Amino acid sequence: MGVKKDYVRPLDLRQGRIDMNHGAGGRASMQLIDEIFARAFDNDYLRQGNDGARLPVPPELLEGGQLVMACDGHIVSPLFFPGGDIGCLAVHGTINDVAMMGARPLYLSASFILEEGFALAELARVVDSMAAAARQAGVPVVTGDTKVVEQGKGDGCFIATTGVGVVPRGVKVGGAQARPGDVLIVSGTIGEHGVAVLSQRESLEFDTAIVSDTAALHTLVAGMLGAVPPGALHVLRDPTRGGLGTTLNEIARQSGVGMWIDEASIPVQPQVEAACELLGLDPLYIANEGKLVAAVAPEAAEALLAAMRAHPLGQRAARIGSVVADEHRFVQMQTRFGGRRIVDWLSGEPLPRIC
Amino acid sequence: MKYVDEFRDGALARGLAERIAAELRPDRRYSFMEFCGGHTHAISRYGIAELLPEAVRMIHGPGCPVCVLPVGRIDQAIGIALQRGAIVCSYGDTLRVPASDSLSLMKAKARGADIRMVYSAADALKTARANPGREVVFFAIGFETTTPPTALVVQQAAREGLRNFSVLCCHVLTPSAITHILESAEVRQYGTVPIDGFIGPAHVSIVIGSAPYEHFAEEYRKPVVIAGFEPLDVMQACLMLVRQVNASRAAVENQFARAVTRQGNLAAQRAVSDVFELRERFEWRGLGEVPYSALKIRAAYAEFDAERRFDLHYRPVPDHKQCECGAILRGVKKPVDCRLFGTVCTPENPMGSCMVSSEGACAAHYSYGRFRDVREAAA
Repeated sequence: MGVKKDYVRPLDLRQGRIDMNHGAGGRASMQLIDEIFARAFDNDYLRQGNDGARLPVPPELLEGGQLVMACDGHIVSPLFFPGGDIGCLAVHGTINDVAMMGARPLYLSASFILEEGFALAELARVVDSMAAAARQAGVPVVTGDTKVVEQGKGDGCFIATTGVGVVPRGVKVGGAQARPGDVLIVSGTIGEHGVAVLSQRESLEFDTAIVSDTAALHTLVAGMLGAVPPGALHVLRDPTRGGLGTTLNEIARQSGVGMWIDEASIPVQPQVEAACELLGLDPLYIANEGKLVAAVAPEAAEALLAAMRAHPLGQRAARIGSVVADEHRFVQMQTRFGGRRIVDWLSGEPLPRIC
Repeated sequence: MKYVDEFRDGALARGLAERIAAELRPDRRYSFMEFCGGHTHAISRYGIAELLPEAVRMIHGPGCPVCVLPVGRIDQAIGIALQRGAIVCSYGDTLRVPASDSLSLMKAKARGADIRMVYSAADALKTARANPGREVVFFAIGFETTTPPTALVVQQAAREGLRNFSVLCCHVLTPSAITHILESAEVRQYGTVPIDGFIGPAHVSIVIGSAPYEHFAEEYRKPVVIAGFEPLDVMQACLMLVRQVNASRAAVENQFARAVTRQGNLAAQRAVSDVFELRERFEWRGLGEVPYSALKIRAAYAEFDAERRFDLHYRPVPDHKQCECGAILRGVKKPVDCRLFGTVCTPENPMGSCMVSSEGACAAHYSYGRFRDVREAAA
């Protein structure tokens, strides 16, 4: 009699749940990686099967470019929301952080913190969505990690992703680069992600046709960089948590400038406006996951807008205001009503008002 | 957005602003107090102050329900949650209000208190039904707008015989606060605060009607115009006030006729008087003790009264010595006149009541109107 051939009963993706064994580093861990993660993310780097990935040097680096690295933790609740889920969000969020440096994103890492009792079916759904998003963006997940925490110590699934990219020589996009005279442009309608997630919260559930705008913006950014002379695009930033209002304040502070924006020119879907009205929230402070705001030299603004509108993710791009010299770094707004006010930093979490 | 955009029309606003400017008497200034936080919010958010002529000054009154909530009451809610292990359900913007020991409901939550944000009193009742083994307390705050829903859940809880539900009642009354301001020494004796008229509350008036304000018009000779919360409502109310002042009239006028009647919502008033009775006195943050200005739960519903249930005793907590909230709420001072404003007292770290919610006079000015200070300093 020889040694019997190994048999491993496949994971029960219908009824199975994460247990502490899946994080212990033994056979169960290996099986989870093989059957859920490696199967979905499959690529040459992952197939190396090592603790890290060995990656080729991108050509931009040899021509004087620089590396860019960004990380992002994802803890969204609920995990699945209209228009997306934590999986695709974890890919888009990090790709966008790399892209906002004017960089070409190349690789992602993914670290999962799973809670004991989390359904394998949901995990598979999250991972499949993540893999599809990575594939569609052309940015592979090349290394990863999984840990399991006891029940009650996590919220089902947390995902931390890191992205690496390269910024070509000569591109100097950054939050401190805004200059008086720059034109401010937003890539589309604001507030959808935050409202879509809010609509699913247990205490709040309301019916809405609004879906999250979650999307990877790197091809839009590439198109923008290609459409204007080198150095004309000064700032790129994605207005995620805190929304457009907070992002503009971040840029104003970093660059030491003020801003003037025109409320009527900021694109907002009517459903988002209505939901915010009902909940007592301001779309300016609601999160986006597939939008960017740019500060560009005035002479390049029209070309940039045209390039953005030619891209599917920038069709509703709009000029919303301009950068001004202001030692107080105020972001001020001409209201649609004809008045004037400051758009301040978001203070704490956006909470509904009472009456 | 239908039925909303109509009330935010910029062209109409300009027209109204021009008409107000045209009707102002050149020899005088006009100071109007908008009582309600909802109006303060609208004025700030839509930039109405910039549209009004320079001679019209809006004084932000004490009608921000979160702002006037005294620290001692928040301490009580925190105590119930932290020391007594109850689930405390609260409206959203109450969570941030600073209390004693550097706590707030939100910070108490971080220390293990079970604090839940609810959108309505009914949600608190649901929480009680879902957690029969735990005490569930609804932290009931606000003016007459939020009082009827609290009354209804207390009645409902009584009908259902819920044993684990109670209400920490901190509901306050609009007319008493207006009287308090009109009776204050600055307004009555010295005349240092020229309040020429009031913009009356929108939602509060839907419940209590316009009749309760008639007293102010008659007794104190102050015009009152009840106005909706939309920016055009506020502008139109200003025009109506200017006209009353110019004609030396003092009457209650109803700009918000699409929702407010003279009697108000009688069914709501019945529910409120069934469940609540007047408190002899109640501390308001910024105004101090105001007689007959708040409600407590009647003895018939005693088992749903968190104060009785947990045997709570009120301990007032004084505001910072240099805090000028009281003077600001009475219109005696402006936010910039306070030494704490914008330095140690900011929306992130509020020291006084007016900085607590975006409806508060100081927070509204800080978050929306600071550019005016720069202009004034330059002038």
